[in-house]
Amino acid sequence: MGKVAIIGVGQSSFVRGYAGSIRELAFEGFREAVKDAGITSKDIGASIICSAPEYDKQRSPAGVFAEYLGLVPQPTCYLESLCSSSSMGLRMAYSLVASGLHDSVAVIGFQKMSEISSAESQERMGRGADIQWESPFGTMMPAYYAMYAQAHMAKYGTRPEDLALIRVKASTYGQINEKAVYRKAVSLEMFSDPGSPMSGPVASPLRVGDCCANADGSSCVIVTNEEKARSLSKKPVWILGLGAASAPVNLAGRDLFTGLSVARQAADQAYKMAGVTPKDIDVAEVHDCFTIAEMMAYEDLGFAEAGQGKELIRAKETYKEGRIPVNVDGGLLSKGHPIGATGGSQIRTIVLQLRGEAGAMQVKNPEIGLVHNIGGVGLYGNVSILGR
Amino acid sequence: MAAKKEADIRFSKFGTVSFTAITKVNDFVDFLEQGKVMGSRCKDCGLMFFPPRADCHNCLAGNMEWFEVTGKGKLVSYSSLAFAPIGFGDDLPYTIALVDYGQYKVFARLSPGLKPEDVSVGMEMKTVANRLPNGQLNYVFERA
Repeated sequence: MGKVAIIGVGQSSFVRGYAGSIRELAFEGFREAVKDAGITSKDIGASIICSAPEYDKQRSPAGVFAEYLGLVPQPTCYLESLCSSSSMGLRMAYSLVASGLHDSVAVIGFQKMSEISSAESQERMGRGADIQWESPFGTMMPAYYAMYAQAHMAKYGTRPEDLALIRVKASTYGQINEKAVYRKAVSLEMFSDPGSPMSGPVASPLRVGDCCANADGSSCVIVTNEEKARSLSKKPVWILGLGAASAPVNLAGRDLFTGLSVARQAADQAYKMAGVTPKDIDVAEVHDCFTIAEMMAYEDLGFAEAGQGKELIRAKETYKEGRIPVNVDGGLLSKGHPIGATGGSQIRTIVLQLRGEAGAMQVKNPEIGLVHNIGGVGLYGNVSILGR
Repeated sequence: MAAKKEADIRFSKFGTVSFTAITKVNDFVDFLEQGKVMGSRCKDCGLMFFPPRADCHNCLAGNMEWFEVTGKGKLVSYSSLAFAPIGFGDDLPYTIALVDYGQYKVFARLSPGLKPEDVSVGMEMKTVANRLPNGQLNYVFERA
């Protein structure tokens, strides 16, 4: 079986209230990726359209997008695993290419969350949990992650200030990422200033500053076989390892509350497939939908021992100049989190880093990068390892 | 012409807002009315399920019996909400929580009389059936 490469990446700006329809939004990420790859729509053998459903009036967006993007008559389908949809799309694209069924596949992620109000959005996201047994108690995504934060604090002595430091780091890079929705500076002091919106309670112990913002956005990743990659691309980025896992949707069915089992299992698989260890990772994108999610990712991915994630952020080891730079594009906390587009945006960042094209966010000479993308509250987990 | 059989929608009484009306474990709601919180146990392999389920994925059978959630469990974690999803605003503030009974865990809310500052991870709790102000039914945790 030959190698599988990423030869093109793109994303729209992540914004509040995108002034266009969903097909037009998808076009933005797609156009950037196709231009980046130096190909045309005709070179793409199939497309996988990734998002979380229920935000759009349009049923079955895949066919509509394929027509708008010039991807007809090639096959297309819709894929969802909530917030990790486009990483799951990468996994499916890999298998379509590695099997020889297609020599190139476009993974297109999108979400136009502003089609509905923020309260409606919270309600829909809450229904990504167990609607029969948990949603009737009035659950929300921030409250679920807050339960993990509470358990982490109780077991390891992690402090709210440690979580705030993760947001401060995110804002450092969000300010220089022109595609991020939140580009203002965030300081640790804001979390203790009652006058700052960052300090407002959401779901204890998480505050406004601990949460990412909804956004509209799209992303696209173009995956090809080795032959096509070598003929078309000067800087192909290779997919070295892929891992994926699921967990019980109901918290009552789980055993781990200080980390995400799906992340640990997906990471183990991806490291094994790539033949690398956490020490070999030069730059990482992790799913920081909430600050606690990034803290747990440090530990679940093996960048820190369980309970020691706080030491990593206190010592600024996950900054650009640190031992293991994480989310140096601002992460979901600064970029915003247009659910279906998020994984593709994370993959784009790592591809640009490995090519040395990340501009002001560039980490020094990375060879291996990792993407950690979670769907729901640790319901689905994907870890992808990429290399030059 | 035979009379149309009425749908058994008892489960629509579960929780502040129920998103499921019909389930094979609808009897759970009748038990709640009687003040009992029940799980299900597979009679073939003995696996205990909470929340209860009609089917055992281990035996691929539906040979279940009910058991009552009794005794003490330990508080695994909790969170107090400052915002609520649509339909739950009148309940604020409330605290969702998870309690570990060893063989199974229970997800619910803290009793409205219990403030988050009154509890801590590891504390012993019990699960009790509860009637909400809007007449719906759920279950909550109290100090054991």
